[in-house]
Amino acid sequence: MAERTVSNRALLKLLVSARLRSQVAFRGSFASDVVGQMVLGLTEFVELYAIVNNIPSFGGMTFAQTLLVFGLASVSFAVADLLMGETDSMAETIRTGKLEVLLIRPIPVLLQLVTSDFQLRRAGRAIFAVLALTVALVITDIEWNAATILLIIITPVAGAMIFCALFLGAGAMQFWLLDGRQFASAFTYGGRYVATMPGAALFLPMQVFFTFVIPATLVAYAPSLIILGLDGPAGIPAWTGWLGVPAALILSGLMLLFWRSAIKKYTGAGG
Amino acid sequence: MRAYWELMKSSFRRHSTYRLAAFAGAFTNSVFGLIRASLLLSAIATAGGSIGGYSPVEAATYVWLGQALLGPIGLFGSAELSRRVKSGDVTVDLLRSVNLIGSYWAQDLGRAVFDFLPRGVPPLVVGALVTGLSLPTSFGPYALGFLSILAAISLTFMGFFIMNLLSFWVVEIRGFWMLYMVLMNLLSGFLVPVSWFPGWLADFARATPFPSMLQTPVDILAGRVDGGESVLLVAIQLLWLAALLAVAHFMVRFGSRKLVIQGG
Repeated sequence: MAERTVSNRALLKLLVSARLRSQVAFRGSFASDVVGQMVLGLTEFVELYAIVNNIPSFGGMTFAQTLLVFGLASVSFAVADLLMGETDSMAETIRTGKLEVLLIRPIPVLLQLVTSDFQLRRAGRAIFAVLALTVALVITDIEWNAATILLIIITPVAGAMIFCALFLGAGAMQFWLLDGRQFASAFTYGGRYVATMPGAALFLPMQVFFTFVIPATLVAYAPSLIILGLDGPAGIPAWTGWLGVPAALILSGLMLLFWRSAIKKYTGAGG
Repeated sequence: MRAYWELMKSSFRRHSTYRLAAFAGAFTNSVFGLIRASLLLSAIATAGGSIGGYSPVEAATYVWLGQALLGPIGLFGSAELSRRVKSGDVTVDLLRSVNLIGSYWAQDLGRAVFDFLPRGVPPLVVGALVTGLSLPTSFGPYALGFLSILAAISLTFMGFFIMNLLSFWVVEIRGFWMLYMVLMNLLSGFLVPVSWFPGWLADFARATPFPSMLQTPVDILAGRVDGGESVLLVAIQLLWLAALLAVAHFMVRFGSRKLVIQGG
């Protein structure tokens, strides 16, 4: 048994290192990819700024405070995108028969998707996100105590888990709705959009939906309320700031079950 | 001309096969519309009535028209030509007796015509029910708006086609593509109206063809601009279209000499 674990790990290492080397083989293309991803992060910030520069506060938050929400959410999304972004194009993987290749290897499909399709270029997005978060932590007024420090550490981890779970659900969904992959974007990319903005600016039913059904506001906005000592709006009370970790665990569990039933359901076309 | 008409019709049929995809697109566009409308309305409420000349209902109309038009206009583009360069299939395209740009242009128009109803109507219905829309009551803006949408579809197509043509020179255009798409999405006024931008960014956006790709048709259809000003805006769209067409033409001419098909 021990021997098998070692050989699996060796196989995994081989797959990952081959994948990483192939990604940086064409240096010009790789550089333009990374720059493209960084500019993507930058425009997401400019989008927020284009709204906030017109008003003194947005959803009850100052510019610096919205930057904290943006930074926390962007770091979470960038990490999840780096790990699980490939499940977004599951329909393509199924249609081209690439899934069969993954299924015959003695490693779980999910582990292969996470490791062998680890897209280094997506690090560009993470670089900008970390930068935004750092600036936000410096310029916002935060009362440092055990609770805020703990929240700042666990929030990006829980946030990344929430987005990973959403990506996983999006991937699983595509086993049933091949052409309907855009449905999932409403929750993955829509969730990212909501997560980066102050939740109080949403219509009330959407506050409730994106907190208690799709936990997008729990990624950054709700914890930020506690970190900044603010009261939340009606649909997102400040105590929800502590729900990030339990929500991440529950959602991940559900989506893993969903993913397993999707893999079980899959029948090859004899490719 | 006949060949292009047939290409357009077959592209329409091709896209009409994927009804679930169109429905899924309309669903997602509507969800994004709800998010964007609530954010802009909240900002306007804080500002005390209007931002950049947009009252609440006008801002909501701007959001819903944008969400309705993004499908038909094709704001996320198609990288088909670049894929065909990679696979070598582009040789077939270049051997055909139809013009390369014209054939892809006609196919994109066919796609747009199909996308119009299934992807355009649902967001407008959701918008009318949730926030209300403020649309002009006279005929003029719709007629000119139709022309402006056609120009925007062609202009957006031409911009992405130029990015596709880069693949005649470089192996992988994904980075350039991403760069172009995010800048275009921002500067076209798709995410936030151009008049909301800080001054320097608004000036920069107006010096590019991007506002002609979305902000212009949305402004005309919403009746935000009228008379001489709206005709001028359409004229600007057509000028940009001519300019981008010229660039694409030269790229095809010089690029196809440079193009090397691998292992064909």
